[in-house]
Amino acid sequence: MQEMVIEERRADVPLIISSNRTTERTMDVKVATKNVDAFFGKTQALHGISLDVPRNTVVAIIGPSGCGKSTFLRCLNRMHEVAGGTRTGTIMVDGDDIDHYDPVVLRRRVGMVFQKPNPFPTMSIFDNVAAGLRLNGMVKKNTLSETVERSLRQAALFDEVKDILDRSGVSLSGGQQQRLCIARALAVDPEVILMDEPASALDPIATAKIEELIQALKKNYTIIIVTHNMQQAARVSDETAFFYLGELIEFDETDRLFTSPQKKQTEDYITGRFG
Amino acid sequence: MRMPNSKRYYWRKSKNIVMTVLCLLSVLIAVIPLFLIFSYALSQGIGALNLDFFTKMPKPVGESGGGMANALVGTAILIGLGSLFGLPISIFTGIYLAEYGENPFAKTVRFLTDVLSGIPSIVVGVVAYIMVVLPMKQFSAFAGGVALGILMIPTATRTTEEMIRLVPHSFREAALALGIPRWRVTLRIVLPTALKGITTGILLAIARAAGETAPLLFTALGNRFWSTDIGHPIASLTVFIYDYAKAPFEDWNRQAWAAAFVLIFFIFIINLIFRFVTRGRYAGNGH
Repeated sequence: MQEMVIEERRADVPLIISSNRTTERTMDVKVATKNVDAFFGKTQALHGISLDVPRNTVVAIIGPSGCGKSTFLRCLNRMHEVAGGTRTGTIMVDGDDIDHYDPVVLRRRVGMVFQKPNPFPTMSIFDNVAAGLRLNGMVKKNTLSETVERSLRQAALFDEVKDILDRSGVSLSGGQQQRLCIARALAVDPEVILMDEPASALDPIATAKIEELIQALKKNYTIIIVTHNMQQAARVSDETAFFYLGELIEFDETDRLFTSPQKKQTEDYITGRFG
Repeated sequence: MRMPNSKRYYWRKSKNIVMTVLCLLSVLIAVIPLFLIFSYALSQGIGALNLDFFTKMPKPVGESGGGMANALVGTAILIGLGSLFGLPISIFTGIYLAEYGENPFAKTVRFLTDVLSGIPSIVVGVVAYIMVVLPMKQFSAFAGGVALGILMIPTATRTTEEMIRLVPHSFREAALALGIPRWRVTLRIVLPTALKGITTGILLAIARAAGETAPLLFTALGNRFWSTDIGHPIASLTVFIYDYAKAPFEDWNRQAWAAAFVLIFFIFIINLIFRFVTRGRYAGNGH
């Protein structure tokens, strides 16, 4: 792997950065990780991950089960430590070290959507979307319903639920529930959205909707998506990172990674020889 | 498809039938005492069950008639006080044990709570006597409430803990990932999700406390007169039963049976409410 060059930089200025990316190019980094090691107790789950995620792109993380994809994702909003894990190395969002943040503040900037749709069962559809705002102290009725509507529209769910906003969130179908969870994450106005296999519990039609949504959200957000499904990675992402056994094997533009992988392990994985 | 080996198949079938019958038999045996108590209390007490019984005061010794209005109100006050003292402690302890309970201190607390649930209620009564009655130099409803509160703690604490633990971890993570502070996650997401179960635990604890006599004997004492003053002795259904059942007057005995029936009925109602509240506990959370 190439050595990463670290430079003092302002977040909004594009620059040429050479990382372990196979090809160098100009980019504006939104999330930068450097030498991230993650542990569960004494078990090391991630080994020195250095990866730069450009602004307003979709980065897919692929790899076999247990390769550390989800752990990496959960490091980015410090959810890894909630489950009792530890981490070393630096992670920067817009050039700010996330360890200097209160996790509560960080998680409003870096939102997350989980594998299994998990709307709050005691809350209505409206309250689910409003939860993040309300529980952070926003109570003005007008702003609240505006934000809820905007978030539901962004999540392409508003038309389906506009007449049943007071119904329970768990009364929706699985695909709708997942879009509700996306709306809930969007409502707190994050800059980065982490998605941990957001479509793996959904049928093909719901999956297609989520993928469409990811494409649309890219304009305003930076999205990092973990997926088991290589076709999905190829369809939705601009760049793809291949993880194996807790290491970042290859990180490149999606097209290039899938058509001409540089590493043998990547090629073996995407051609289905293992994993 | 292969047909089952008929001999072994019928052997298994008959074993199944035998076990089912045994189970049903056990259920019947377990339920019979309940019915016997219920019907016996009703048959013995029905003569004393009338409107006076619920609205009038006990008559002086030697006079027949009268009721136990003061005992009904007294039991309500004692349960109210017990809940006031016991439930907040229980609920907060339960939350602590469930959400932060993986350290030696919490493990000790959990263990001690289990020990407390095994302590005879009369001992709890002695504790309340020493802690409250002696310093105040007065038997009082307050002391009775303290005793009942202590008795509620184990059931209410452990049910609260169990119910909060049942809340899937994914909801906590979802809430934390929204940037909601942990205490708010517990208060606004976890607690409402577990509320039905916690209500269950509280009702069970109340039902248990309502049936206690021993700890009230030397705390609330009992009172033949109307009193709602928590600084003074107060009547209760259980102590009323205790006094009237051993009295040498036939109509007092009858009233004791009536009071027993009312108490059983009250606990029965609480259990019904509890059934109603917990109905479909898992229907709501999408799993």
